[in-house]
Amino acid sequence: MQQINVQGMQAEALNQMIRTSKERKFLLCGVNGQRYIGCGLKGYSITIEGTAGNATGALNDGSEIVVHGNVQDQAGDTMNGGSIIVTGSAGDALGYAMRGGEILVGGSVGYRCGIHMKAYQERQPLIVIGGSAGSFLGEYQAGGTIVVLGMHVSGSLVGPCCARGMYGGTIFLAGDKPEDLPDKVLHRDATSEDMEHISRLIEPYCHRFRLDKESLLAHHFSVLEPNSSNPYRQLYTYA
Amino acid sequence: MDYQITEFLVERDRERCTVCRQCERQCANGVHHYDSKLNRMVADETKCVDCMRCTIFCPTHAIRIVKNPQTFRENAGWRAENIQDIYRQAESGGALLSSMGCPKPYPIYWDKILIGASQVTNPSIDPLREPMETKTFLGNKHCPIERDKDGRIVPNSHPLLELSLPILFSGMSYGSISYNAHKALAMAAERLGTFYGTGEGGLHKDFYPYGPHTIVQVASGRFGVEPAYLNAGAAIEIKMGQGAKPGIGGHLPGSKMVGDIARTRMVPEGSDAISPAPHHDIYSIEDLRQLVSILKEATGYTKPVIVKVAAVHNISAIASGIARSGADIITIDGFRGGTGAAPKRIRDNVGIPVELALAAVDRRLRSEGIRDRVSLVVSGSIRSSADVVKAIALGADAVSIATSALIALGCHLCRTCQSGRCNWGIATQRPDLVARLDPEAGAQHLVNLITGWKSEVVEMMGGMGINSIEALRGNRAMLRGIGLTQPELEILGISHAGA
Amino acid sequence: MTGEEGFLEGREHIPSGCAICGLIDRTGRRFSGDAAIRSISVMHDRSNGLGGGFAGYGIYPEYKDFYAFHLFFYSTDAKKQTEAYLDEYYDVINLSKIPVTRTKAITDEPLIWRYFVAPSPTKLAESQLDEQEFVVRSAIHINSTIKGAYLFSSGKNMGVFKAVGYPEDVGRFYRLDEYEGYCWTAHGRYPTNTPGWWGGSHPFALLDTTVVHNGEISSYDANRRAIEMFGYRCTLSTDTEVITYMLDYLHRRKGLSFRETAQILAAPFWFEIEHMHDREKQLATYLRTTYSSFLVTGPFSILIGFTGGLMALNDRLKLRSLVSGSKGSMTYFASEEAAIRAVEPEVENLFAPRGGEPVVVHVEGM
Repeated sequence: MQQINVQGMQAEALNQMIRTSKERKFLLCGVNGQRYIGCGLKGYSITIEGTAGNATGALNDGSEIVVHGNVQDQAGDTMNGGSIIVTGSAGDALGYAMRGGEILVGGSVGYRCGIHMKAYQERQPLIVIGGSAGSFLGEYQAGGTIVVLGMHVSGSLVGPCCARGMYGGTIFLAGDKPEDLPDKVLHRDATSEDMEHISRLIEPYCHRFRLDKESLLAHHFSVLEPNSSNPYRQLYTYA
Repeated sequence: MDYQITEFLVERDRERCTVCRQCERQCANGVHHYDSKLNRMVADETKCVDCMRCTIFCPTHAIRIVKNPQTFRENAGWRAENIQDIYRQAESGGALLSSMGCPKPYPIYWDKILIGASQVTNPSIDPLREPMETKTFLGNKHCPIERDKDGRIVPNSHPLLELSLPILFSGMSYGSISYNAHKALAMAAERLGTFYGTGEGGLHKDFYPYGPHTIVQVASGRFGVEPAYLNAGAAIEIKMGQGAKPGIGGHLPGSKMVGDIARTRMVPEGSDAISPAPHHDIYSIEDLRQLVSILKEATGYTKPVIVKVAAVHNISAIASGIARSGADIITIDGFRGGTGAAPKRIRDNVGIPVELALAAVDRRLRSEGIRDRVSLVVSGSIRSSADVVKAIALGADAVSIATSALIALGCHLCRTCQSGRCNWGIATQRPDLVARLDPEAGAQHLVNLITGWKSEVVEMMGGMGINSIEALRGNRAMLRGIGLTQPELEILGISHAGA
Repeated sequence: MTGEEGFLEGREHIPSGCAICGLIDRTGRRFSGDAAIRSISVMHDRSNGLGGGFAGYGIYPEYKDFYAFHLFFYSTDAKKQTEAYLDEYYDVINLSKIPVTRTKAITDEPLIWRYFVAPSPTKLAESQLDEQEFVVRSAIHINSTIKGAYLFSSGKNMGVFKAVGYPEDVGRFYRLDEYEGYCWTAHGRYPTNTPGWWGGSHPFALLDTTVVHNGEISSYDANRRAIEMFGYRCTLSTDTEVITYMLDYLHRRKGLSFRETAQILAAPFWFEIEHMHDREKQLATYLRTTYSSFLVTGPFSILIGFTGGLMALNDRLKLRSLVSGSKGSMTYFASEEAAIRAVEPEVENLFAPRGGEPVVVHVEGM
């Protein structure tokens, strides 16, 4: 494991250092806003202490990135595999268009989390959020799974416009149906089968954050899925 | 002696024609009839107006209406139309009467304006998934901030019209169009969350339930105008003029003044209904203020008052005067606007394009600091959602459509509404013809049309990165001219494409 | 008539992206501008060296009753004309060059002068205007009629400092570590063309209201044409200028609070308004319909500085990032969390204000 104190270091220099090193395990101390850490890397293990900058783990291709602190915007952008674990909170557009791997957030996430998240064959991305999510959670979601656990949340679990334009994948919310759900998204209360599924999904999360799974599963969960019988087709006519 | 040559020829495919006589039944103009001696259908083409009813209803597609290829000797100055018009007038001694909008090839500025879009520096918005707002309020927005003793703002808005999208249906009178056409418009306005206008023919009792979506008109003839009528609608429109015939009144012949039409207009059956050219209580701008005030008094200041004028040369000064008259909304009707009957020379030679009128009025009202006191609605051949977007970006609050709405109801623009023999059941009062238009189906067509336009409007807005219609209003930086001269660009207040 | 609206029609509008930050001490304690420099410099990548600037509040206590005019002059003639104008309409209490430290990073500087002034009592009386309106008209007059002169700061006990360059270089150029204020805002600019003009940098200011802005608005021309109706002249064709004027109009001239103003610029969506309770709904509908032409669409996050406070506001879809946090009596805002941690590693209460939700911070007792 290579330990680097990155205080005051430019992002480009830091990332080049990581890419060109023979080492595959890094501990980065004093991170404050450096961007693109772990971008496009495969087989690395990077631990970040501090506030990770924008686009942390973008295009992640199978590395494990652990942030002890918060992460800024666009983390896990178009991520393909691997994992990003954030002990604090995440900014906007977390996991934009991610196609694989998992993002586990201890705290809350900003706007547009999981926007255009997708799935392909065995690549089934997962985002688990410990706290709440901002507006437009799962916007345009095309595949994969988002779980919002709502721990320590006093207000609403998700912001307005949840699942706008969702056309694939699933969202599990530890709470009730969002008020403004679009008509193209179906809501149901979780069945026992769903609960088993959720239990499997949050297993690694609970392990990582040392949480009691059973008490989390004691919540009422809602399931959001696209309504495939109401496609966009009728919007158009031939000119 | 009649020198007229027929304008159209009826081509009938004998192979296909089964002599089912459907064409004969469909044509109110009496073009087709069955010749029993020949055992085939024959046509009197002098009566044909190319409304395409027979073509569309022929079950074997045997009929085509074509332009008569007969030509006068070629002459760039004396074209066939000029010559034919002279024959017609020499024979009759009459003024030429026609209908619908000006068909002449004057510039159509909508087609010389291009719309912008975002790339990189600003995100476009996906309208299918993100909130897109087209809700529009029309009326006087000028209200000083007032606070109560606790410092809370007192919402002292003037009465406003709330539209789910910035498209209204223009006023067309019951009389010029049929009961069923009116009903279709009323139903569609209600379902769409917008408004339709009564025109000047009063409001049929059956349509009072649609009052919250009705704009009642007060024109110079004052037909059907009484306090109950004024209070039945959501707003009152004073019609000073219309684009198809600025400065000209109207005349519904006594022959059409029958039954419900007479009752609705409150005119004795068989009597002519004359709409004078001017309002005879308005000979100057200060008189307009008086009429506006009377209408507001009669309705307890609860309804916005619209003043509709034709787009004419000094329109910006006129609009400025109207804005200061207490009117809440100004409707400007361009010279391509339609009508049920208009003198042809007026229709084709008087007025200006609504695009130029709109640009000039919006600028003038802003330069005088009074643009917020009135909303601007424009009409006169808004043909598509692109025209709507361009109108709003030039500065309109909303558009009003009539010809497009009638086309949705089946109108084929044959421009002979004045005959009263509309084969599509729109511009007619003949019960058998009116029955051809099913109001329910018509309303559905109108809803479909506007729903389709709305999808296109928000798609264009999304492309510009705009998610609310008010941010498009007057946003001329989103427009560019193509093939326009410097004076045209200056009047429109836009740059040329590429600049 | 309030002006000839037409002459600016279709002029090119300059889009730009950016970084912003703001720091305020709620007790009114003054601190060095160095903190603002350190904070903004963390977000170097968000700027492209084509503009940076700062606003400091409480920096001129010794002249707090006078308007501090900061001016760029591109010719001595422009300076002469401006001074003649000031001599006629104002009592000039003090004038000097603004002290700078020349560095390689900042080039092509104009003449940069500062005047502490008070409106001439006779001219003010003649104008029949209130004092602030008098000053606003002077600012518009100087900027739109004196070629080569640009008044970029015109408030009391506050000042704007801006240039073409990276913000940290701009801060050092103006020696902001030597000033102390209770509130600072800063801006790093990423314009998408190269006007290379100092006046185009942020903050924009009118009287004591300053705006730093990140994003590009799609409603620009609708807003511009609406505000020009009320006597403002958008001479710079930038988003921030038009936002500054709208704020001045709504807050100062219409007497709306900053929160009410925010509800106009980033109005709630109609579907949100429909869910509100009676009184709140009525007010939201009223503000949105009455001032519909002031709705700003497209991405923006802005910090608005004013005497005694600071407001942060995101566009209603929150298309730009903005983070807030506090520690002790300090409140911080920045485009990125890292910029806050750069000056306060132990920051608390971190949160990202929601789209359209204003965060207003007031200095106690001001």
